[in-house]
Amino acid sequence: MALFARTPVAPLEYSRTLWMRLWVGAVMVFLYAPLVVLMIFSFNDSKRNVVWRGFTTKYYEKALGNDQLVEALINSLTIAALATLASLVLGTLAAVLLWRFRFPWKGAIDGTISLPIIVPEICLGVAFLMFFAAVGWPTDLVWPFNLGAITIAHITFCFPFVTMVVRSRLASFNREQEEAAKDLGASEGQVFRDVLIPHIKPALVAGALLSFTLSLDDFVITYFTSGPDTITFPVKVYSMVRFSVTPEVNAASTLLIILTVILTFIALKALGVKAIAETH
Amino acid sequence: MAEQDWKTSKRTFAAVSLPTLFWVVVFFLVPMAIVWLYSFGENRGLTEIEFSGTLENYKRATEWLYLTIFGKSFAVAALVTLICLIIGFPVAMAITFASEKWRPWLLLGIMLPFWTNLLIRTYALMMLLGTQGFANKGMGALWEGTSWIKTLVGLQPLPTWEPVQLLFNNFAVVFGLVYVHLPFMVLPLYAALDRLDRSLIEASLDLGAGHFRTIMRIVVPLAAPGIIAGVMITLIPALGAYLTPDLMGGTDSQMIANVIERQFKKANDWPFGAALSFLLIYAMFALIAIQSMRKKVPEVR
Repeated sequence: MALFARTPVAPLEYSRTLWMRLWVGAVMVFLYAPLVVLMIFSFNDSKRNVVWRGFTTKYYEKALGNDQLVEALINSLTIAALATLASLVLGTLAAVLLWRFRFPWKGAIDGTISLPIIVPEICLGVAFLMFFAAVGWPTDLVWPFNLGAITIAHITFCFPFVTMVVRSRLASFNREQEEAAKDLGASEGQVFRDVLIPHIKPALVAGALLSFTLSLDDFVITYFTSGPDTITFPVKVYSMVRFSVTPEVNAASTLLIILTVILTFIALKALGVKAIAETH
Repeated sequence: MAEQDWKTSKRTFAAVSLPTLFWVVVFFLVPMAIVWLYSFGENRGLTEIEFSGTLENYKRATEWLYLTIFGKSFAVAALVTLICLIIGFPVAMAITFASEKWRPWLLLGIMLPFWTNLLIRTYALMMLLGTQGFANKGMGALWEGTSWIKTLVGLQPLPTWEPVQLLFNNFAVVFGLVYVHLPFMVLPLYAALDRLDRSLIEASLDLGAGHFRTIMRIVVPLAAPGIIAGVMITLIPALGAYLTPDLMGGTDSQMIANVIERQFKKANDWPFGAALSFLLIYAMFALIAIQSMRKKVPEVR
């Protein structure tokens, strides 16, 4: 944008050249235009998502009045919360195990823990379907225990991400702090609680956020583990999309997008952009 | 300080390792083992399956029909990865060299869709691409405009605009997968480019190489680990994609994940589905093995 530049563009200021700006602008439009249109049309007073026929919030009322949809959303949030809690504990333990100890078969165990990240979702879904069928997992439990199967599946693919994030944070831990605490009479548990946990706190926040969104986002694995009484939000939206494209789906989606944005901003406040970028 | 030997504090080691090992074995390895066992079984009646150690399921998976679906899934995933790389590389460059004020916002701009629900993003894209959607309307308007300009200069007007079928075909699947996976590519590319020593780029430019040559000869080789990471992070999920081909594809754009799903939800042929699942897992392992071999090359040199 030479016209507006007060200083000439330096050789490395790639992002100040016109074509780079156009490119990035086009990519941002590509990424956001569909979402923005979806959100705008959730307020459209028409059954079909085509022509603008005036502003209305009736589809929000409809979506929030749709018991199945609300139940699915509550199920999703419950599963995400439970899976996040369990993933934080398991993931942190696994990270400490791999960071602190030397033991036989370490390489194999390390690889196996990160395997759920690599195995395709569809295979993991199939595996859980067969596993729960083989062990005869009860399907007629009362809420929230009927969500157990889905929650277990979610923990399995969420906790390796926590391990990954916590481990990279542990690498910068100064073990002399641990030694000092022990010299001053702290027990193993006290060291863990008062020295190690404060150090890895940013990683725990990042890991919790990652687990929560991954769990909330998951469709494929849930699709294979959910029964007729345990519909989650993505599974419900999927059947609605298959059935027809309605503004009700737009309204429900808009609510979830807003929730995602809020969560992301909480993470930003807690960690800063760079830290989040590094978690990927 | 070195790692501690597990024998020096057995109790802590047990407290840390047992929950993890329990979970990984019971809720990951056992389910995977069940799939593996089933892949050597055959259907006996409606619900009974006999583990006969047959290789029939794998033999069936190498039939021409399934080979073409595997091949097609690879081709689609590779094409998607390539398009993401071409679109994403300049974006990662722009973020890396953006001013301190802009960089966090650009990163956030890439990350926010990454955190947004995959199903919602696919649905949003379907709304845009439908025959009545904005993509078609926009092109229609352009078409009318061209037609009008042609009549202005005295030429025959173009025939009336027919909406193009943008959904439910192979184009839609590739488009949808690129849309979904673009952030996966940009973030590792950015992480690699950010670590780059800028004085090397400056040196190359000072010594008379052009921007394009500098990028190809200096930036790309130095950022190679990040590029490979980005390619793997995009390729692997794209290969196993289920939702996008299912919702946006037509009858001829099925990918391997859709075939697997059908064995469980409709065809009720669990052993065959299990065999296909394991073939997909083996394909992933092969990709990762190739990647880790490439990683070791510079060390040998």
